[in-house]
Amino acid sequence: MSLAYYPGCSLHGTAREFDESMRAVADALGIEMTEIDDWSCCGASSAHSSNHLLGVALAARNLALAEAEGRDAVVAPCAACFSRLAMARQEVAEDEELAASLPGILERPFDNTVDVLNVVQLLLPYAESIRELVADGPGFSAVGQMKVASYYGCLLVRPVGVAGADDTEVPTTMEQVASACGAQPVAWNMAVECCGGSLSMSRTSSVVRLGRAIIDDARRAGADAIVVACPMCHANLDFRQVARAEDGGTVPVIYLTQLVGLALGIDAEKLGLNRHFVDTSPLLVELADRATSAEADAAAKAAAKATRAGAVV
Amino acid sequence: MESSTLHSNEDDIASAVVRHQEAHGAPHVPASSVRMSLIDEVYARSGVNVRTCYQCGKCSAGCPMMGEMAVRPHVVMHLVQRNQRAEALSCDGIWLCLSCETCSARCPKSADPARVIDTLREMATETNPGLAPRAIGAFNKTFLDQIRSKGRMSEVGLAMQFNLRSGRLLQDATSMPALVSRGKLKINPPSMRDIDDVRRIFANVEAATRDARSKGGYR
Repeated sequence: MSLAYYPGCSLHGTAREFDESMRAVADALGIEMTEIDDWSCCGASSAHSSNHLLGVALAARNLALAEAEGRDAVVAPCAACFSRLAMARQEVAEDEELAASLPGILERPFDNTVDVLNVVQLLLPYAESIRELVADGPGFSAVGQMKVASYYGCLLVRPVGVAGADDTEVPTTMEQVASACGAQPVAWNMAVECCGGSLSMSRTSSVVRLGRAIIDDARRAGADAIVVACPMCHANLDFRQVARAEDGGTVPVIYLTQLVGLALGIDAEKLGLNRHFVDTSPLLVELADRATSAEADAAAKAAAKATRAGAVV
Repeated sequence: MESSTLHSNEDDIASAVVRHQEAHGAPHVPASSVRMSLIDEVYARSGVNVRTCYQCGKCSAGCPMMGEMAVRPHVVMHLVQRNQRAEALSCDGIWLCLSCETCSARCPKSADPARVIDTLREMATETNPGLAPRAIGAFNKTFLDQIRSKGRMSEVGLAMQFNLRSGRLLQDATSMPALVSRGKLKINPPSMRDIDDVRRIFANVEAATRDARSKGGYR
């Protein structure tokens, strides 16, 4: 499969650690992907609510470019970009009139042949390879101590039929990838609730309220970190909650690709874990400590067992 | 969309236009000036048949913004059903909608409130851009201006122009140093080569939209 990469605007700016960790993990797993040459903004989240056709056309331009480059599929790590590209692909597939009009609007051929994947869909088929790679790797013991709340938000599960999730209300695919990394997914209630992404700038107070409820539930469930796959979700749960960090009411928020990267033993800085507002370094230290004491416990138990066995003999 | 509902509804729209023309006795009136009912216009634009909504309220029950809305999603649906155009296009519910799609995922009738709300926002923007609350309208306009001028969205440019347009001059200003120190702000992110290609899409969409509206169509 020839795979195109669509970073989108956020991954070139405030979400650069998503781009960094995506590329590092793809390298480690042997996933070849080529950035779409001269890609443009997908139009999220303003285009579709201003002019529906514009929303479809801005996303479709990138699909047409990937198609011309001979790609079978494109991965868009940003959940909003993924949603706009996948939505355009579906609408064009279902609407002949729209399909016929697009080449004229884009002024280039467009046959809608390129599949659209989000980062969870990209990584899920690699779950077994990740499991094997981390089993003896240096990252395993620390990530193995990590309890994670997998946060899908909206666009990885909705709209139904576009997002392609395994379940709209109780999805499990992020948990499957997290488990392959050795992490322990927690059971919690806010996995598919909205963080308020599209109003982050224009109605910040609502977004802070929504983010808080998500963080509070993750903490109640005992999560060490919230795992996300969307730059808007990340900003709202990390950057927008920074005022709360002072009273200890936050929890580190990391990208799924950063979790996989850590498990594969990739350097935390190379994964951009130093770029978050809620400091991730205390967690990394804490996980290493837990791993050390877990190892010591295991060694002590083994020794005790050997002693008992010796006594019996 | 099941084809049966699709066809019967198209017939409804056609007969509604005929009825309107008969009632007003003006067969020479161009189609664009014949205003169909709101429910039919929403259908023509989006393919969503709001007649199927039976007002169970599930959309509002799951809406994360419900507590902040005076007009909640199921009431928006009802306004469309009752042809209350002005109320539907100016209510706070359509602007506070986050497009999270929870309502549409759970709607037992597949009446797709999220798509209906998106359609109402599109109609409101065409009718009178001033209908959107200032900050939300400012955000959408700034966002689209960014894409039109650069082909890509620059977060710094977006934030600065948004603050100017919305009158919130200092919003997030205190965060700038922290964003810079984390390497998250690029004043000049790598730009596109062929920005004209994107500008042509804007122009072509505008022309196609004008053309469709002048023929009384919406798709």
